[in-house]
Amino acid sequence: MMSRIVKTISNIAFPIVTIYGLYVIAHGHLTPGGGFQGGAVVASGCAMVLVAYGSVWTMRKVKEKHLSILESLGAIGFIGLGFIGILLVFFYSSSDGNFFQNFLLKQDVIPIFNEIGKGLSNINTAGVLPLMNFAVGLKVIAGLFVIVLVMAYATRLKGEKQK
Amino acid sequence: MSSRNIVGAVFFVIIAVFLFFSALLIHPFGEFNEDNNPEMDQYIIDNAQNQTGADNSVTSVVFDYRGFDTLGEATVLFTAVAGVILLFRRLKK
Repeated sequence: MMSRIVKTISNIAFPIVTIYGLYVIAHGHLTPGGGFQGGAVVASGCAMVLVAYGSVWTMRKVKEKHLSILESLGAIGFIGLGFIGILLVFFYSSSDGNFFQNFLLKQDVIPIFNEIGKGLSNINTAGVLPLMNFAVGLKVIAGLFVIVLVMAYATRLKGEKQK
Repeated sequence: MSSRNIVGAVFFVIIAVFLFFSALLIHPFGEFNEDNNPEMDQYIIDNAQNQTGADNSVTSVVFDYRGFDTLGEATVLFTAVAGVILLFRRLKK
């Protein structure tokens, strides 16, 4: 719970930080960065809001249970994308089905992310890698934010106003 | 001077000497070295774009060539979150 100046500045900076972090996640297969780095950027923006508004206010707005569900969804998405590579062996009886097989690349059945990148302008490339970036990004956002939130709420001052 | 300070000073000296000599043994930055297995680096530089389709070679290594390692990293983060929530559950009241 800080002064009005800090709250105003964090209100202005929070959308910019979030958009930048989501950009780093979405362009993980083109430019430096990826799921972990962009997720850390977004989570640090959430931690800025937590510092500015106090842990009691933030815990009332965001429930840790929902963040845990988001983190588990990211983990399930990541592992599920890995297991779909194994499932290709049974469906198409192809010999190159492995754990973490890049199954979306070089095929014409599903027209997303199936091209080979020849420059930094085409985002429709790299097969399953952008989806894994999104899953890991979701996981890192929710995971880091729930760590900071729970620790700040548990160690809050006893005399802090519960408003 | 208590015994705890003496033990701390001895460990400080040992770690400082270790870090100093390991800093002397570090490889020069950017210098080609036969011991670093340059064949694997060259293979990834040559084939990463055609094999994974990603322009960013680091992402292609992290999520495609070494995807299993990233799974371990995700497991570490998941365990950290579970541990923090479990550890601070009593203090939430």
